[in-house]
Amino acid sequence: MDLQLIGMQLLSGAVLGAVLVMTALGFTIIFGMLGVVNFAHGALFMVGAYAGVMVAMQTGSFWFALLVAPIAVGAIGLLIERFLIRPLYSRPPDDPILLTFGLGYVLVEGVRIVFGNDGIPFSTPSALVGVVNLGIGYFPIYRLFVIGVVALILVLLWLGLEKTRFGLIVRAGARDPQIMRVLGVDMRRLWFLVFGLGIGLTALGGVLAAPMRNVSPEMGSIVLAEAFVVTVIGGLGSIAGAVVAGILVGLVVSMTSLFAPEMATISMFALMALVLLIRPQGLFGRASI
Amino acid sequence: MALLEIEDLNAWYGASHIIHGLSFAVERGEILALVGRNGAGKTSTIKAVMGLMPKATGRVSFSGRELLPLPAHERYQLGLAYVPEERRIAPGLTVKENLQIGLVSSRASIDEVEAIDEIARSFPRLKERLDQQGTTMSGGEQQMLAIARAMISRPRMILLDEPSEGIMPMLVEEMGTLFRKLRDSGVTLLLVEQNVEWALKLADRAVIIDQGTVVHRASAASLLADAEIQERYCAV
Repeated sequence: MDLQLIGMQLLSGAVLGAVLVMTALGFTIIFGMLGVVNFAHGALFMVGAYAGVMVAMQTGSFWFALLVAPIAVGAIGLLIERFLIRPLYSRPPDDPILLTFGLGYVLVEGVRIVFGNDGIPFSTPSALVGVVNLGIGYFPIYRLFVIGVVALILVLLWLGLEKTRFGLIVRAGARDPQIMRVLGVDMRRLWFLVFGLGIGLTALGGVLAAPMRNVSPEMGSIVLAEAFVVTVIGGLGSIAGAVVAGILVGLVVSMTSLFAPEMATISMFALMALVLLIRPQGLFGRASI
Repeated sequence: MALLEIEDLNAWYGASHIIHGLSFAVERGEILALVGRNGAGKTSTIKAVMGLMPKATGRVSFSGRELLPLPAHERYQLGLAYVPEERRIAPGLTVKENLQIGLVSSRASIDEVEAIDEIARSFPRLKERLDQQGTTMSGGEQQMLAIARAMISRPRMILLDEPSEGIMPMLVEEMGTLFRKLRDSGVTLLLVEQNVEWALKLADRAVIIDQGTVVHRASAASLLADAEIQERYCAV
């Protein structure tokens, strides 16, 4: 096995991980702040991919789709929080979970009714077609672009969290919502915005993944499982954890598929089990609340 | 008119009825000590005032405004600040950021730099640690930070839940001086304490509660002298 091949495979793993990070970030932020395990997260990833395909087909511009689809699906997220999840906050924690679980199925079936069972092929935007020679081999330009977009989003998120008032409230509120209330912060308004943001991020993941995967109603189910695994490995509610664990899972899955392709999917669960054995709170999680 | 008036307050945690028809008032510019045994309902009383009890009925008015219908965050915006027993310093945030949280939604527009400078003058210990993680400080320092965080928005009243608990005597003395200064500058304080003697020396008046209701009211000085009442309601 030569080193060049391993290098290329690591890069592929980073691309896989980058898309995973987009999904897991929203999943972990929503869990950390709202205490809601969003089982509709994978379905909303899929809706993001479809929205991207539709906007790109209607307008002929992938760039426009990349911008508009996540915002549109994020807005749907805002509506979901406001009208479906908010009425359940005063109920036992199982209720919002059951709701998102059902919502996931409704979204998948809804897309199936409108667009059919078969996947929609979506070609790579023309400006990003082709490969580039990295010295160790040829790598698709589009995949490098995906890594770039995710890196840009992470920098923007980091700046937003560290340098703004809103970010300060999010960081503090994720750890102790009650103290924020007695310091005058309306947590419901914050939860609303955070839910929308989290859904917008997974939708962006869906749009980015569209040219690399088959866009089908089922594409979100594996994504949900992946987001869950990444969140557990990184530590529930930890943003840094989601980023590190996302890339890590991408690399492990990618390397396993090089050496033992049939073990690729299982490898991420094995990694999760290993992390849970050694560090039950996850890589960046706190031992207790 | 008193600043904070509590009338016939009842409060519940789930099915358990904790506060039973409790009434007392806190006058503008005084320190009122709220004392009583462990489990008497002191913490629940201030939680009900702050909007943190799941269910509360009766009348609580602050400066003429009815509090019970308001969500917790709006009560803070009226100038009512709270120092919880567990201090609740947000993990992962620096001392400075913990102070900034106190300002994000304050009623008046307060200049942040100026406000933090002012806090640094009152709390020299915090000044040296502004960029340190809040939770890495000692218990006493975290308590000071919790008090500073409550003070930074210049509230009209601060409710303090056992501020002296688990803190070394030197800091407790420092805290007493600070509370007197705050009162003299016109801030009203409601002090819940297990350390009855210390609280009574600081306070102007005292209210004793037992089993969720008021059993005795007196000036702090006379209660301090009354060993029998203290023994009956405050002995652990």
